[in-house]
Amino acid sequence: MESGAAGTGSLNIRHLQVSYGKRQIIEHLSVSGLVPGQVTALLGPNGSGKSTLLKAIAGLVSASGTVDLDGHDLLRASFASRAEQVVYLPQSLPASVHLRVFESLLVARRASGSTSPADDMAEADQLLRRLGIDALAMRFLDELSGGQKQLVGLAQALIRKPRLLLLDEPLSALDLNFQFHVMEVIRQETLQRRMITLIVLHDINISLRHTDHVLMLKGGQLLADGPPAAVITSESLARVYGVRGRVERCSQGNAQVLIDGLVDAVA
Amino acid sequence: MNASFDPLKDLPKAASVTPTLDDYRRVVRRRLLLLGLFLLAIAASVLLDFTIGPSGLSLHALWQTLVDRHSVSAGQQVIVWSIRLPQSLMAVLVGAALGLAGAEMQTILNNPLASPFTLGVSHAAAFGAALAIILNLGVPGVPEEWIVAVNAFIFAVIATLLLDLMARWRKADTGVVVLFGIALGFTFGALVSLIQFVASEDALQALVFWTLGSLARATWFKLALLAVALAVALPCAMRRSWQLTALRLGEDRAASFGIDVKRLRLGTLLRVSVLSALAVAFVGTIGFIGLVGPHISRLLFGEDHRFYLPGSALAGALILSLASVASKNIIPGVLIPVGIVTALVGIPFFLTIVLRGKGVR
Repeated sequence: MESGAAGTGSLNIRHLQVSYGKRQIIEHLSVSGLVPGQVTALLGPNGSGKSTLLKAIAGLVSASGTVDLDGHDLLRASFASRAEQVVYLPQSLPASVHLRVFESLLVARRASGSTSPADDMAEADQLLRRLGIDALAMRFLDELSGGQKQLVGLAQALIRKPRLLLLDEPLSALDLNFQFHVMEVIRQETLQRRMITLIVLHDINISLRHTDHVLMLKGGQLLADGPPAAVITSESLARVYGVRGRVERCSQGNAQVLIDGLVDAVA
Repeated sequence: MNASFDPLKDLPKAASVTPTLDDYRRVVRRRLLLLGLFLLAIAASVLLDFTIGPSGLSLHALWQTLVDRHSVSAGQQVIVWSIRLPQSLMAVLVGAALGLAGAEMQTILNNPLASPFTLGVSHAAAFGAALAIILNLGVPGVPEEWIVAVNAFIFAVIATLLLDLMARWRKADTGVVVLFGIALGFTFGALVSLIQFVASEDALQALVFWTLGSLARATWFKLALLAVALAVALPCAMRRSWQLTALRLGEDRAASFGIDVKRLRLGTLLRVSVLSALAVAFVGTIGFIGLVGPHISRLLFGEDHRFYLPGSALAGALILSLASVASKNIIPGVLIPVGIVTALVGIPFFLTIVLRGKGVR
């Protein structure tokens, strides 16, 4: 793929390295041509460096290499200018935050010095309606269910109008209904807002169904990179996860992964 | 509060009002009203402080002494102007300082059990003050009347920095931070005891009385100093109120919203140190106000820090003022040190928070 020059709006990562102390978490990772409007899944076993990769891009852990968004290196950008373009959403909210949902959206804008409070309120109001959670506006965060919290967290991220949205396991602890709903919202908003969305997922079937692009990581290295159907194969499942799996089409034509067992000798 | 504090003016014009905006407008109005009610209740409590109890004055006599001090007896003048008025106002200001310090501590340490008293900051300040009172040890060059306050401040800063270090080192483990704070409290408590052990009999009595926490040492100079500290700290805190609210959503999320979390923490710790150090230096260790005030405020206002912070200060002020009234009237003719009253009321409250399971997360 072509390297991302300014103007295309794409994300290109080159030789990214992250280490905690002497332990190297991510080694020379390069990805190119993640384009606006696409949802990219980060897959891989526990400890493969998925979350660390997101944090490094968000500037929350120090890294070397370049993370080029639309011609500008995020790793060298100032704190403020990076925050204007990138939003990172951690797995979950801290428990028992006695703050109203509506206010938690205002905070996302006002905390970094937004100058138009009236606009912020109008926008928070619109966004809640758009995501179908306006009924929750006056509820407190500590009264919400896991799924509702995720949607509110997503709204907190979206109200900052990021160009790059980083989501760390947004589906953990959600029931099936909410998993589907949250992924639909993420995909729709990514497309409409022309964002680049990177999302850490554990469920391979969700990735097959709801994402446009997949990066497979293992041991801090990128093992596969491409469209879900091309990347998620029996071979890659064995290599990355150490399982014997099949990809089959269901009666409605959707691809699905079925796991038959463990690979005998785990690589 | 700072001049730009008017949450209602921020709302979009009535024409564009939707149910959500309308609801929010109502929530904000109710909160402003509540803040006003707190102010009224504090005023009422101060009046109560004057009118009931031993040598209680009638409202009329009080009014006369305040407006035209020469129309009343010299004795009454002294009682009102030199004893009761400074004490009543000291209760309000110390309560506000501890309430605000507690609220900010709970936010930056992400811990509902945090307060200057429960996490040992007050004890550290008490140790610094004891060094000055008993051993006359202080920073060279500091004027005599400031030594106690400066010493208390230095040790309060050391304690808060240690707590912050611990909180960041054990990022998620808030239980460890609480235990560490309790250990800090014990340590400085033991050091104060050590000083008591070597103190002369007179100094010992002064120190013991002082560690109990009492408003009896209030003077206009101390009042002015604390008032200035509050007048600086509260607006500073209010200017950071959105950032502090964001911090409640988690450190990573706050950082991702463009907040320099490290700087925010340091500034906040400095304010907490100043406020709790002055409170301890002037009235001794008064416990649980910094714990109870913020909890009441959180229940009434939620954690939007634009309201939570002033609410905590006002709740703290009201509680300490009421405790001061109680300390004079529980046993007729005996003035119980107010620190004992707040501890007796505060400990059951503290246990409730712990036992409800909402305490340590």
